[in-house]
Amino acid sequence: MMAATSRTPEDDRSGPAVRFRDVGKVYDDDGLRVTAIKSVSFDIPRRRFAMIVGPSGSGKTTLLNLIGCIDTPTSGRLEVCGQDIAALTDQALTDFRSQNIAFVFQNFNLLPVLTAYENVDYPLLLLGVPARERRERTMAMLESVGLADKRDHRPNQLSGGQKQRVAIARALVKRPAVVLADEPTANLDSRTGAEVILLMRKIQEDTAASFVFSTHDPQLISHADETFVIRDGELAEHRIERAA
Amino acid sequence: MLFTIAFRNILRNKRRSLMTLLAIAVGGIALVLFGEFVAFVKVGLETNAVQNVGHLTVYRTGYFDYGAGNPAAFGIGNYEQVARAIAADPEIEPTLNLVTPTVSLTGIAGNFDIDASKTFLGTGYVPSDRDRMLRWDEHGVSRHRVFGDSGLSDGDETRGVVGVGLARVLGLCEKLKIADCPPRPSLTSATATTSAPADLPSLAAEGDATSDLHGDAPRLDLLAATASGAPNVMSLYVSHAEPQGARELDENVVVMNFSLAQKLLYGRGERKAVGLVLQLHHTADIEPVRARLTQLFKDHNWDLEVRDFAEREPFYRQAVGMFNAIFLFISLIMGVIVLFTVVNTMGMSVVERTNEIGTSRAMGVRRGGIRQLFVAEGAMLGALGATAGVLAGQALATLFNRMGATWTPPGQAAPRPLEVLTSDVHGLLLGAWIGLVVMATVAAVVPANRAAQLKVVDALRHI
Repeated sequence: MMAATSRTPEDDRSGPAVRFRDVGKVYDDDGLRVTAIKSVSFDIPRRRFAMIVGPSGSGKTTLLNLIGCIDTPTSGRLEVCGQDIAALTDQALTDFRSQNIAFVFQNFNLLPVLTAYENVDYPLLLLGVPARERRERTMAMLESVGLADKRDHRPNQLSGGQKQRVAIARALVKRPAVVLADEPTANLDSRTGAEVILLMRKIQEDTAASFVFSTHDPQLISHADETFVIRDGELAEHRIERAA
Repeated sequence: MLFTIAFRNILRNKRRSLMTLLAIAVGGIALVLFGEFVAFVKVGLETNAVQNVGHLTVYRTGYFDYGAGNPAAFGIGNYEQVARAIAADPEIEPTLNLVTPTVSLTGIAGNFDIDASKTFLGTGYVPSDRDRMLRWDEHGVSRHRVFGDSGLSDGDETRGVVGVGLARVLGLCEKLKIADCPPRPSLTSATATTSAPADLPSLAAEGDATSDLHGDAPRLDLLAATASGAPNVMSLYVSHAEPQGARELDENVVVMNFSLAQKLLYGRGERKAVGLVLQLHHTADIEPVRARLTQLFKDHNWDLEVRDFAEREPFYRQAVGMFNAIFLFISLIMGVIVLFTVVNTMGMSVVERTNEIGTSRAMGVRRGGIRQLFVAEGAMLGALGATAGVLAGQALATLFNRMGATWTPPGQAAPRPLEVLTSDVHGLLLGAWIGLVVMATVAAVVPANRAAQLKVVDALRHI
């Protein structure tokens, strides 16, 4: 658990959610240098439904990892919620993630030993939120994703769509500034995928969080406010689909 | 939440966790059973020593190191006054079972009916005090022992007991009805004529006016030098022979009445005691009583020193040291087994849960949190396994004690019940439990560190 002392997105409402400036990422794979991201510079505005799209191996997931502060750039400057992530130690980066960033994974990545309620409750516990407030926020979140009656179910007792709903509740319960979703509908059938997209859209509008997706799913892409097309590690195109 | 997650993770792979718990539990059972056996041997040795030589012995200063060469010169003249002072001391009295004088001496024992003689190590006791000493049983290890005729009598100072070996050497097997005595070879004329000084039988005959009181009890003549250096001879009627644990003792021991020993050692001179034996109710009282005795002697300006039974019986210390070393060795082996088992289990768990580790780290769990989780799992495995092991060990120990096995402990001559000590072993049980938990926890540190050091991106990519 940690004290909520580091910088929050509320401190810097004016800037973009994410700012890339000449950011590059090169992996050293046993002496073999692989350039995942060449030099990219762009902003992802706040409170938007942003899609990073592109063919496999283009660098979408690497960009998402960089935004999520679970990877660091090898060159350039990356700011998330106004914070230069290169300036943070590993521990500070972890705390920053805990407070500002949430993930929705393709494979849901729920902790299998925890119930739906406990999975949603866990991020609040890490933030040191008092027990009573945790209880209220967790139940409210489960209700908003329509799973209050499944609160005591373990992930293996839930369907794929239900798991992803729990994952969304877990991501949003801590009211993050940025929600990152890597192919969130890839493991869902089209109907369930559509439901999940609508749910995320609704929550995004309710909470004003910034959603950044990495996806191939045309159904999901059709909901984008902005689209960033990545090819060969570079930003090939930036489209504003809906005005802010 | 940490412990909830840790506990549920243990239950995830039930088979593997069960095998790990089993390994820890077997370690616990081994530690408890062997530890309780060692505890039983220790209290058995202690009981034997305390029954024979008491907890503490008061000597004239210097006797313990030099007195064996001249016990008469190191006697305690005012032993009755010293014994009364000890028994009346308000600090010592509540702890004291008895205080009794003894005399130790060496000499030659002869059976002149067959012209056989042998050097002996004699000890004189007050018979009724010796009987009380032999009944001391703080730990309950002698509860099955049957106390028959001790062979000494307050009312007959000439009765005594010898070692079985000495009885054999002096040709008393038939009269004492000793089983398994090899037939005595016929003597050559040379040995027959040089076996004993001619004047000793007559000396003994002069000193003995009670031969008709002892029926068929065989007589030995004991020759010792008095404090003044003059030879002194007394007759001893052997009640029976008692086997001793070591051959050297078996062929030398003579136990006699205190007053007879006094007469032998001091002749017509001042009757002294070589030592004052204190037997306490509890062995744990040795050090406070020793300290009080030292102060008492200082206050009275008595030139006396105190030795405990471990100093008097070096075998006790050696045997306890040996069993402690074996127990330590077994503990180390068990510790290593637990260590490797838990390292293996936790290592597999880290590999299987790599993706979860990545997820937790992405959500904001610090490296330390991941480390704590795996260490907590190791500690829980240790605690569960150790609890099962200690309880199962106690249950098996109780069953074992009901089997009624017997053995001959080191330094003992007769078989005794083979048991393990199941009472007053809280320290052992707690120590074994803590040891196993600590080993399991320490074993989890390496896999826990490996988990904590995983890169989030790599961990999330892991399938």
